[in-house]
Amino acid sequence: MAYTEEELKKELETKEYEYGFYTDIESDTFPKGLNEDIVIAISKKKEEPDWMTKWRLEAFRAWKEMEEPEWANVKYQKPDFQNISYYSAPNKKPKYDSLDEVDPELLDTFKKLGISVDEQKKLAGVAVDIVMDSVSVATTFKKTLAEKGIIFCSISEAIKEHPELVKKYLGTVVPQRDNFYAALNSAVFSDGSFCYIPKGVRCPMELSTYFRINQAGTGQFERTLVIAEEGSYVSYLEGCTAPMRDENQLHAAVVELIALDNAEIKYSTVQNWFPGNKEGKGGVYNFVTKRGLCEKHAKISWTQVETGSAVTWKYPSCILKGDYSIGEFYSIAVTNNFQQADTGTKMVHLGKNTKSTIISKGISAGQSQNSYRGLVQVNSRAENARNFSQCDSLLMGNRCGAHTFPYIEVKNKSAQIEHEATTSKIGEDQIFYCNQRGIDTEKAIALIVNGFSKEVLNKLPMEFAVEAQKLLEISLEGSVG
Amino acid sequence: MLEIKNLHASVDGKEILKGINLKVNAGEVHAIMGPNGSGKSTLAEVIAGQEEFEVGEGSILLEGEDLEELSPEERAHKGVFLSFQYPVEIPGVSVTNFMKTAINESRKAQGLEDMPANEMLKKIREKSEMLEIDRKFLSRSLNEGFSGGEKKRNEIFQMAMMEPKLAILDETDSGLDIDALRIVSNGVNKLRSKDNAIIVITHYQRLLEYIVPDFVHVLYNGKIVKSGTKELALELEEKGYDWLKEEAAV
Repeated sequence: MAYTEEELKKELETKEYEYGFYTDIESDTFPKGLNEDIVIAISKKKEEPDWMTKWRLEAFRAWKEMEEPEWANVKYQKPDFQNISYYSAPNKKPKYDSLDEVDPELLDTFKKLGISVDEQKKLAGVAVDIVMDSVSVATTFKKTLAEKGIIFCSISEAIKEHPELVKKYLGTVVPQRDNFYAALNSAVFSDGSFCYIPKGVRCPMELSTYFRINQAGTGQFERTLVIAEEGSYVSYLEGCTAPMRDENQLHAAVVELIALDNAEIKYSTVQNWFPGNKEGKGGVYNFVTKRGLCEKHAKISWTQVETGSAVTWKYPSCILKGDYSIGEFYSIAVTNNFQQADTGTKMVHLGKNTKSTIISKGISAGQSQNSYRGLVQVNSRAENARNFSQCDSLLMGNRCGAHTFPYIEVKNKSAQIEHEATTSKIGEDQIFYCNQRGIDTEKAIALIVNGFSKEVLNKLPMEFAVEAQKLLEISLEGSVG
Repeated sequence: MLEIKNLHASVDGKEILKGINLKVNAGEVHAIMGPNGSGKSTLAEVIAGQEEFEVGEGSILLEGEDLEELSPEERAHKGVFLSFQYPVEIPGVSVTNFMKTAINESRKAQGLEDMPANEMLKKIREKSEMLEIDRKFLSRSLNEGFSGGEKKRNEIFQMAMMEPKLAILDETDSGLDIDALRIVSNGVNKLRSKDNAIIVITHYQRLLEYIVPDFVHVLYNGKIVKSGTKELALELEEKGYDWLKEEAAV
């Protein structure tokens, strides 16, 4: 039974909600709109402790005073934040009973990506047998992780089971009031992942999507917190190469990484949200704040392959606080049809002898616009900081655009900063050359694009790299001719 | 093998080939010479199926099959190979990977499975040794940062790998020093067989000392104005093209 807005308001106005409000609600979806009561209701629904509710409210109050940023090189209809429902319980009921009912076009893409039938079912919202392989794999994974003291669970679970860790670190890298979307996320985040690697532990496996899709659905305001204790190591894979069709148009995620002394976090993302159709209709708006903090001798590597979303606004960044810490950013952003991407990174050098590397590859096709926006900042105390940036753009056709906005702020004379940028176009002569060797045009483009992206693809974990490569091919299918 | 009948081709409305007739049998090597701008490279690219050119009259038959409706890749699958005068660069794609893709695409078109990795490696080793190519060279990005000579040698390496029925070498000798010329020519000679045919496009008689042609044709102003045996090349070297231009004008 769905609540009307009036009924909910009434309910929220009564005193009882503090005690048992959430148990009364049978509806899975909150009414549209956002106010303090909704924020409280989300927190209650998730059975969160008081400190968490307060934290969300602080974020909400900050958000109310903020304005949606307009500096990015993207044009879109601003979402009406009062016309969104901010809580939707994970869908327990499968949408379909068998794969036969699923959109054949979607299944075709799954096949091209080489996704197993079980995974296809999961992704398309089909009921899955309880004996499916990945479930048992996941169980084995969990056991191995627990033996090492690694915690890997949903953020909701972590708030309940490990409040001391969440309380200590949540919002320390991306504060509630960091930016408009981060504040919104802090107020209303639905779920996300939590990962904790104890001191000196090397996580024995990639914490991967394969694992993750067996967790509950995470929704549109995802919150991720990864903590790597001193001397630990973890490689974390986020996202999925399968096209995610989502009803939610607005996605505002926050990811915080904390790498303590001598720790290393490798964070890889493949993002393939629905980009809208060929006419540019529909598609997801993806406004993400990702940031990592490096203590002494720590290292954080962001690797991302972005092929989806109608609008992408995303700058995975590193705060190089500790001396000798290292930040890396490797990115491939593909835009086709009417997609717009404004993505890049920030490397903030605070510690001495800190090092950062930025390799960004932008591929634009159709009538899309692809922007790299990066900041390299060297503070006055950051002696001997070094940065190398390389931004390459590849254009396909005459109607797309590639833009580069590199910002460099240096306050210490010992810094060494290098920046290289190139723009190239797939040439008719390259295509003909490949054709002449028996390679058709689609395959030729895939070959050229993969060659262009190789430095970044190489940074992805092996399995992910193979999928990402296929994804690039699919994203650009039919983009010439 | 190849039969070209009354071939006319133009680009942007300008006619470049004005009625070419040429017959190349299996086992033969034909040289095409001629002054700059006479249409030599155009002929090569039209045979390969470059869509920039509009073929008006005439036909190109490969083993009796009309190529007109075939795309460049389909022609390649049928065994047409063009060694480019200016090979393009493809950054990030290694020579090995490129060849692997090319060979497997052709096999796919013929309904064959991918070539097994060990067979591919063996073939790469054999052919690179034949052309005295350093193995390190094969893991470099295709033509990126290659010297002129390296690019041409790489073209012939690809020819050796693809084992075409009809190979067209467009000014393969330009940019080669005398040692490289000898190596490349030796390679081409080893690839000659009674089952394939080679068309060599060149300005200079020098290459033809190494790759000895059965026939020499002179292309001038979009037409073959003279054909002969290898002695014709020597005559051209001595007298230049002017006497032929005069003859053609008559």
